[in-house]
Amino acid sequence: MTIVLAATAATLFAVGTYLVLQRKLSRIIIGLSLLTHGANILMITSGRRGAPPIIGRADPSTFADPLPQALALTAIVITFAVTILLLALGYRSWLLTDDDEVEDDLADRAIARGDILRKEIADQETFMSHEHGDAGP
Amino acid sequence: MIAILVTFGVLGMVLLTFGERLGRWAFLVAALAPAVSTVWVCAQLPGIVDGRVVSEHLSWVGGLGLAIDLRLDGFAATMTLIVSGIGVLVLLYAASYFSSDAPHLGRLAGLLVLFAGAMVGLVQSDHLLLLYTCWEITSVTSYLLIGNDHTDADARAAALHALLVTSAGGLAMLGGFVLLAAESGTYRLSELADGAVPGGATVTAALVLVLLGAFTKSAQYPFHAWLPGAMAAPTPISAYLHSATMVKAGVYLVARLAPIFAATMVWRPLVLTIGLATLVAGGLRALRQHDLKLLLAFGTVSQLGLMVVLFGAGTPEATTAGWVLLVAHALFKATLFFVVGIIDHQTGTRDIREITPLGPGWRRVEATAAISAASMAGVPLAAGFIAKEEAYGAFAGMPFGGSAVVLAAMVGGSMITFAYGVRFYWGAFVEPRRRARTEGDEAELEPASAPSWRFVAPGVVMAGASVALGVAPQVLDPFASVAVASLHATAEAVHLELWHGFNLALALSVLTLGGGWLLVVFNRRTQSVLATGSAVPTGEAVYLVLLRALAVTSRRVTGIVQNGSLPAYSGVILATAAVLPAAVLLSSWDWPGWPAFGASGDVPIAGLLILAAFGAATARRRFSAAVFLGAAGYAMAGLFVVDGAPDLALTQVAVETLTTVVFVLVLRQLPDRFERQSSSGRRRAVRLGVAGLVGATVFVFAIIAGGSRIAPPVSDEIIARAEPDGHGRNIVNVILVDFRALDTFGEITVLAVASIGAVALARVGRRVAEEGAEEGKEPVVARAEGLNRIVFVDVSVRVIFHAVLMASLWLLFAGHNAPGGGFVGGLLVGSAITLRYIAGGMKDVRGRSRFRPWTVLGAGLLLAALTATFPLLGGGDVLDVASASVTVPLLGTARLSTALVFDTGVYLTVVGMVLMAFEAFGDEPAEAPT
Repeated sequence: MTIVLAATAATLFAVGTYLVLQRKLSRIIIGLSLLTHGANILMITSGRRGAPPIIGRADPSTFADPLPQALALTAIVITFAVTILLLALGYRSWLLTDDDEVEDDLADRAIARGDILRKEIADQETFMSHEHGDAGP
Repeated sequence: MIAILVTFGVLGMVLLTFGERLGRWAFLVAALAPAVSTVWVCAQLPGIVDGRVVSEHLSWVGGLGLAIDLRLDGFAATMTLIVSGIGVLVLLYAASYFSSDAPHLGRLAGLLVLFAGAMVGLVQSDHLLLLYTCWEITSVTSYLLIGNDHTDADARAAALHALLVTSAGGLAMLGGFVLLAAESGTYRLSELADGAVPGGATVTAALVLVLLGAFTKSAQYPFHAWLPGAMAAPTPISAYLHSATMVKAGVYLVARLAPIFAATMVWRPLVLTIGLATLVAGGLRALRQHDLKLLLAFGTVSQLGLMVVLFGAGTPEATTAGWVLLVAHALFKATLFFVVGIIDHQTGTRDIREITPLGPGWRRVEATAAISAASMAGVPLAAGFIAKEEAYGAFAGMPFGGSAVVLAAMVGGSMITFAYGVRFYWGAFVEPRRRARTEGDEAELEPASAPSWRFVAPGVVMAGASVALGVAPQVLDPFASVAVASLHATAEAVHLELWHGFNLALALSVLTLGGGWLLVVFNRRTQSVLATGSAVPTGEAVYLVLLRALAVTSRRVTGIVQNGSLPAYSGVILATAAVLPAAVLLSSWDWPGWPAFGASGDVPIAGLLILAAFGAATARRRFSAAVFLGAAGYAMAGLFVVDGAPDLALTQVAVETLTTVVFVLVLRQLPDRFERQSSSGRRRAVRLGVAGLVGATVFVFAIIAGGSRIAPPVSDEIIARAEPDGHGRNIVNVILVDFRALDTFGEITVLAVASIGAVALARVGRRVAEEGAEEGKEPVVARAEGLNRIVFVDVSVRVIFHAVLMASLWLLFAGHNAPGGGFVGGLLVGSAITLRYIAGGMKDVRGRSRFRPWTVLGAGLLLAALTATFPLLGGGDVLDVASASVTVPLLGTARLSTALVFDTGVYLTVVGMVLMAFEAFGDEPAEAPT
């Protein structure tokens, strides 16, 4: 780990976070990619730096740490798959709304306003009022 | 025993699924399960009467003591017989009650079977947690059964009320069980009964919690209100659940625990007070009902109170009385419900002010009702009388302090029971005839048609049993003895008799009958006094207040934590991810000192990365942002080269190329510029704040973590074992396809899932568009593609394509020993496909292969999976690797191992994924559905 790379990773994380917090899906996707780059730098630099870890090409004691490399490799490919999926989401959103903006969830807003629960309570109250009065003599 | 429970479960599920088409025959099929259970218990009876106990044990999680422990002793056999026997009769009755075109009969039948199974499991389980599980299943099935008519708001509300009250009690009971087990060291009921009685404050708290469960389930004051409400269910359901079985679960639990804990300080005052209050108050309200079904419902509440008193007293004599009442009540209460159901079904009402006179065809029904009402009222020669005599006898000897009070309250309660018993019979049969005679309009009324014998038969059977047991109760002696003995180990043999001679119990019985008769005769004068019964405060108001408060609270909480805004969610997650680690870092501050500033190669690459990142974040056009992102990716590849990671560099370059291509394919459909964001300055500030926080945390974390290594890296061992164990010299590849191959398999599964998702999202509705295209729109697209081709691009791509394919194969093949591997190889094929796409569009891409993208994707995944599981055949472990040395012309010598086959699976999956991406986005915008 060097100061330069730590700062680079931190910058990528910060810029990525800023983009992920927006509503445009294309920006969110770019933000996620930058976050991944930052994470990969952290991963790679967490190990020893050195020669490519291929036996026979250098002295094994000078090898770069291969384990973070394997982890980062999977991370790169996974990010590719996630990017494709998110792009498909953006594409779908564009087809439906002519935009790739992530709107607030309408059902969640309705719950927050209490539209749904109020009805349940009303049901309970009507039920209580006419089922349980004594009929009298 | 387990087999019988499984029968209930399977039959119930089958009826739920396929029962609809059987119509009301579903009930007859459903009756098979309780019939099997009844027959089985009857077959066990001779052994059980001799004192044997049938038990089964199936261990589930041994270490936690979780097991299915079933135990059939005398008392459990009684309950099983009641649940199964009455279950059969109820199901036969239901087959006549419902008309064949009534909706959801299969569902009803299935739920009834599931409920019956849970109930049988409940009374046979010897393990408290199993008992609790069955308990909750009965709550849930009862909820579904009460709310059967889901279009009726009242039925829904009644169902919810029952569920909330009984399951809240159930939760309290679970807490009590856990405390009890912690104190006594066992979850087994039988061990609890045999062991030393634990005491102390914990046990007291546990008992109160357990009793809370029993009281809610058995509808004791002040929790009783759900039971009358549950009458919203169809009558056969009410007859079964809310009179004969489910509500007796609480009584059952009290009966099991009373002999063990009756002597503790809290038990008798609590149980007897609640039970007696329920007995009297429930009776008073029953006396004022006009709806026959509600009358019976409040009567049930009252009788349950009496049973809680008898079983809760914890003396062998009282338990005997409770046992007789349990049997007698099951017989008469289910029958009375049957009668109400028949009247309701034939006349269309169950209000005693509106019932029309019932003609001569109703003799059998009337006799059934009279016998059962007499049994309920405690008239001699019916089973209920025996129970009452035993009950008075049990307390006549004053076994413990306060017995006199109990006795007095029981006599009072029984008078009321007598009175509402008469009211039931009188209101249903006698009063309508009298009314018709006095008003003289008998001729105008259409006489209700008499019910068929099939409809009446189940009630007749039980009424017959009521009389038989009332006349000759001694036939029950052996069974009663062993049932009581299974609760009280030291109990003497039971002798039930109709005539005990002149004693206090007989005197009290006479008093009860006389007092009850007076109540009936002076009905009008006593009304004002009895009306106090409805003034007794109940739990309904509390229930509503609690419900409202719960709803408001949950709405507020949901409104905050689930506000529907994606930025808010990600903001909270990211801020938490920054703040929590930062707090830990700062609280255990251990500064390792600054590391080196940077290697010479780092600085320009870092600069490029940062520039590209800011460029991507601030670009106004979508295309520019994508290009900046690509630049960042290539800079990463440069960093990997400097850092000694050639595999990563190759992968990153290939991925970056493909990402950019896919981005462009999608972005050409979207508007070129980002629309101006209308977000406020405050939101912007929050975003910047969270971003700064995350960045700062990452920086500090990177510095501290980088300087805090305390152990040698595990990769030293990986490096040492790569060649001997993994047969490869490229250690990164060996890790991917051998040491951590399971992770890789998981990863390619994710790739497959993500690309299937992408294709599904992008192509929704496409099939419709394609079908439309076949009707004449297709040629337009084809012509457009033909015109766009450029000859020299076309030719050079054809040449390059095959060269790139060969190169990708080489990467795959050599990847175990040199930079390369399945991922990189697959991505390279992706680049080749991109070239073809540039030259000839989707048509060219699709024309390359007869295989569809999903076929390639699936083949890759399947190959990897087969390679992974293949060693199992030879007795090896998943992902074991075998190898042999092979020389292939042009590609060189390699140790060909199964790891290579696995890597080929990875390769194919990646190729499939790229093909899928083109399938999703590759079509010309003109082809896309609009």
